[in-house]
Amino acid sequence: MTRRLVPRVNAGSMADIAFLLLIFFLVSTTIETDYGIGKQLPPIEDVQTDIVIKEKNLLEVRLNQNNEISVDGVKMNISKLKEVVVAFLDNGGGSGNESCEYCRGKHDAISSDNPGRAVISLANSRETNYATYIAVQNELTAAYTKLRNREAKRMYGVSYSEMKSNLQKTRNRDQILELNEKIKAIRSLYPERISEIMPVDSY
Amino acid sequence: MSKFKKKKGGELPAISTASLPDIVFMLLFFFMVATVMRQNTLMIENKLPVADQIEKLDKKDLVMYIYAGKPSSRYRSSAGNQARVQLNDKFADVSDIKAFILAERTAKREEVIPFLTTALKVDGQTNMGLVGDIKKELRDVQALKINYTTRTGNALDNFK
Repeated sequence: MTRRLVPRVNAGSMADIAFLLLIFFLVSTTIETDYGIGKQLPPIEDVQTDIVIKEKNLLEVRLNQNNEISVDGVKMNISKLKEVVVAFLDNGGGSGNESCEYCRGKHDAISSDNPGRAVISLANSRETNYATYIAVQNELTAAYTKLRNREAKRMYGVSYSEMKSNLQKTRNRDQILELNEKIKAIRSLYPERISEIMPVDSY
Repeated sequence: MSKFKKKKGGELPAISTASLPDIVFMLLFFFMVATVMRQNTLMIENKLPVADQIEKLDKKDLVMYIYAGKPSSRYRSSAGNQARVQLNDKFADVSDIKAFILAERTAKREEVIPFLTTALKVDGQTNMGLVGDIKKELRDVQALKINYTTRTGNALDNFK
């Protein structure tokens, strides 16, 4: 009986090859996802129409070239901005048709009528730092989110931010439709009305 | 004579390393599946500002990236030290953005075009003038959905 010896391939170096590939993929790839402030730019309209906004329904936020913030002409620290914006949006000073039942502000006659009317006008100098601009955008968004959270809690028992994160997680069709409906309802209570003016040279 | 005699001496058998490649391959496949290729080589300084009111940008295939910032030190001699725009792998002018967006659009399927987002990855020290110009270009080509990409953190830290 002849025993034939089958030569074995040495698999010892297989690990080395696999390690090489592994290290290549480790180095050349990124896992992290990006996060950021989402915004919708206004479309360019062919016909310019003048919209009259009452002085009291307008909050003027200005950023100058020294990265200083002023609100309605008064210099302000960034840490106060959110408070002021919340007070402005939630004022509900209107009466009759313009009144706002869900607002819990001061109902001051010299501030905004209702959140649907309140407009924030944001303008910056060409020399303003991007970081400052982002900080201000962040505070404005935070003010809206705070009010929306409160109303969502009152109406549905879940905060607005939670609903948004649930929407990203869920795969269920009915649930998506329901959440979209609710988010839309909350957004209509406090619609984001930020008007941006093109950068100007200085303030 | 004992029936249970040890076959050989007391040496330990060598541990087989035959399964090592399998383990490494397993890791390899995990990384291959879980990661995305780095798309652009940055030629600019890109220290993003911080914010906390942020949304996740998943669905990477629906995102177009526009970078802006000062050229990093090795490109400073050729590109100057004023903030520049970077599209894909090269420096570009603000006027190139329209063509870039239109080219990206044609590469995508028609039904996803309304969901395309433009991520602005802009260095925190950039002047708003440049960002304003970029936004104007985006409005001109109806790319209205934008995302100011930031790091996560307290917005007040931007002033430090």
